[in-house]
Formats: sequence, C-alpha cells, structure tokens
Amino acid sequence: MSGSLTGAFLCVLRRDLLLAARKPADVATPLVFFAIVASLFPLGVSPEPAILRTLAPGVLWVAALLATMLSLNRLFAADHADGTLELLALSPQPLAALAAAKTLAHWLTTGLPLVLLSPLLATQLYLPQEAFGALLLGLLLGTPVLSLIGAVGAALTLGLRGGGVLLSLLVLPLYTPILIFGAGAVTAAAAGLDPEAYLSLLGAFLAVALGFAPWATAAALRISLD
Amino acid sequence: MGHGGGIAHIARLTALFQFLHKYASPRYFYGFAGRLIPWLAGLTALLLGWGLYQGLFVAPPDYQQGESVRIMFIHVPAAWMSMFVYMVLAGAGAVGLIWNLKLAEMTATACAPIGASFTFLALVTGSLWGKPMWGTWWAWDARLTSELILFFLYLGFMALQAAIDDTKRAARAGALLALVGVVNIPIIHFSVQWWNTLHQPASLSAINKIGAPAIHPSLLVPLLVMAVAFTVFFATVLLMRLRAEILHRERYTTWVTELVKP
Repeated sequence: MSGSLTGAFLCVLRRDLLLAARKPADVATPLVFFAIVASLFPLGVSPEPAILRTLAPGVLWVAALLATMLSLNRLFAADHADGTLELLALSPQPLAALAAAKTLAHWLTTGLPLVLLSPLLATQLYLPQEAFGALLLGLLLGTPVLSLIGAVGAALTLGLRGGGVLLSLLVLPLYTPILIFGAGAVTAAAAGLDPEAYLSLLGAFLAVALGFAPWATAAALRISLD
Repeated sequence: MGHGGGIAHIARLTALFQFLHKYASPRYFYGFAGRLIPWLAGLTALLLGWGLYQGLFVAPPDYQQGESVRIMFIHVPAAWMSMFVYMVLAGAGAVGLIWNLKLAEMTATACAPIGASFTFLALVTGSLWGKPMWGTWWAWDARLTSELILFFLYLGFMALQAAIDDTKRAARAGALLALVGVVNIPIIHFSVQWWNTLHQPASLSAINKIGAPAIHPSLLVPLLVMAVAFTVFFATVLLMRLRAEILHRERYTTWVTELVKP
C-alpha cells in the first residue's frame, strides 16, 4: 500500500492520528479553551437567559474560531523541528496530498471534537433547541474550512519569531465569511427561519477550500523549507 | 504557419526578453524611475490641485448632505485605490512568484504600505462622513467592514514580510499570502454585504432610466479627476519606494556602492 498516492495519504493521516492519540493533552487543550471562552461571556456580559440566547451563536462561533486558531501551530511545528517535514517534501508523492492528510488529521483532532462539544456549551448559553441542528451542521461544514485556511497560514509562518500572534493576524481576516454564515445559520434557526441558504454557502466554501487550500499549503511549505 | 513564422516568433520572444532584461533589471530601473518621478510628481500636483479646487470650492453642495458631501472627493478615490493597490500588489507578487522577477517582488513589497495608507484614509474619511450623515462615527455597514478587513489583510502582509529575515522567502511568502487574499476578497466583500447593508449603493454604476449616470457631471468630473490624481500619486510614491527598496536589496553590489559613495 506504500507506493500509491492513497497509501501515502493514509499513512500520513494514520501517523498524525497516532501521534495525537499518544499525546491526548495536546488534543484536549483547544477543547478546554473553547469551553472556558464560552463560559466567560455569561460572567462578562450578563447571566440573563434572554441576553445569552441572542449572544450564543456568535459566542460559540468566535470561540470555535479562536480555539482552532490556537491549535494551528501544532500542525507543522513539531514536524518542522525534527525534520519530518523535509522528508515529506522530498517524497515522490505530491506534497499537496500529504498536506491535505495532515490537515484532515488536524480537523479530526480539533474541529470534530469542537463540533461534538458545542451542544453542551449551547445548552449552557440557553440556545433554543431548534437551533441545535443548524449549529452542529454549520460547525461540521465550517470547521474543516478553518483547518484548511489555517494550514496555509501555519505553513507560511513556520519557524518565524512571534509565529503565534502573526498567524492570527494572517488567518483571522480570512475567517470572517465563515463566521458570518456560521453564526448566521444558528441565528436564523433560533428565530424560526430556514438556515438552508447559510449552510449551502458554508458547503460552497468547503468545496472551494478543499480545491485550493492543499495546493496553497504545499506551496507555502516549499517556500518555508527553502 | 511555416518555418519562417517560427523564427519570427522566436525573434519576437528574444526581443521581449531583452527588453525585460534591460528595463526590469534593478540597476536600469533605478535610473529610469528617477527620471520619471519629477514628471509624475508634477502631474500629481496639477491634477490634485485642480480636482481639490473643483471638489471643495466649485462643486455645488448636495441638497441632502450639504457641504459634507465634499468628503466624497477624498473618500471615494481612496476606497478605489485601496482595492486597486491590492490588485497591483497581488499581480506583482504573482509575477514575482512565477517568473522569479526581482523587480516584481520589490513592487509587491513597496505597494503594501501605500495600499494600507489608502485603506486607512478611506476608513478615516468614511468615519468622518458617517458622523454627520448617519449620526455615528462607526457603523457596521458592509463596505466599511470590508475596508476594515482589507486593512487587516494589508497589515498581515506587512507583518509577515517583516517577520522573515531572508528576502527571498519574505517575497515569496508575501506573494502567496496576497494571492490567497485575492481569492478571498470577493468572498469577504459579498459575505459582508449580505450580512449588513447601510452604505449607499455605488453611485457611479447606478445609471438612471434615460441612460445618464445618476451622479451630476459637476460632481462626476472632479471625482474622476481626483481618481486619476490618486492613481498618478500612487505611481509616484510607488517609484520612490521602489528606488529605496532597490538600494536596500542591492546594497552589496558594486553599482550601489559606487552610487552612494560620497
């Protein structure tokens, strides 16, 4: 299985998942961050259910955005430090496919747990039951885009001083459409409207990001490794 | 197409590369830009002087907005330039990335602070215009918000280039980021537009029923002159920044050493 493109993809995916499984604390940190940020808003704004209910879509999405962003450093940093990344770049398989595998592993260990944790936090923020579907589906479509765009930023800032803050400056402006439509879907569903248009657009973003981001990530990695 | 066509084609290509090699070499361009700058600066002064005079003194006040409509003559060209400069930046970045042309890389780097300044100017004048019109300094209106995000994109580009010590890597990383930004700018623009709209629709594309532009010529002409003036100003400042950038990047070459020798 090692010679083929699929084989290489699965091999990198399996390796990254295995590494994540061996260090569960790294996987848990963004999740804890997500929970803490969402819990700070009632303390900072107001514990009134009516206020929290209107804030909930935005708070959950912004917290998910920040949690994803904080975890991006992990994507390539360790592999860059120990030289694995150079070996991946030298491999006969296209680097874009390997970058896509790493991004998928990142989503499986960051984005997906965020999606699964979100209903709990949504309950804490009094989000109406009928909006839960839109929240889950929106996050399911949106968080992979966050990982895909974030991978480009992480590859560009590889090994730079002040990389973390710099990464947020590069990536957050690019996240705005996802935030708008992700939170929009939840708000619409909470108001009893049909969130389908928002979710379709999130799906469109995912399709575009899947098409472009792995190649951009590969190009950025080559620039950073030069 | 025969053999002759092929040879003519190759000859044309060779001529193009000789032309590029000569004009796009930093050393030649340094002198060329130096000779061009006074002319462009003079043209900027003329156009800006006439446009500002027409816009601030001659053009009639708006029947709804009064004298504050004159902010438009700065605000609208600045907003146009903020996007135009980003396109130039990304285009130059792409050329630098694909053909490895040093001058294009330097152009992208030189564009960023100018574009950020235009964006900042558009934001500030928009805010000043918003106070009398909307009664607030800042509104989360679609275009103001996308200008703000564009401003952040410029800042990100500059921060990334500043964080990388190696010039080659800085140029290539910046170019890639600019290209990712270009793909995103329309998406951001339309997302924000759908999200919230308070800003008046673009006046120039609003054509009324009899086919004339919705904006009166007494306002349109100074506005267009100001737009040209801003563009020439951009070209002037870009060449000045490019000259500085060339000197900095080529500081170890003999021609620069001889040039700056007292």
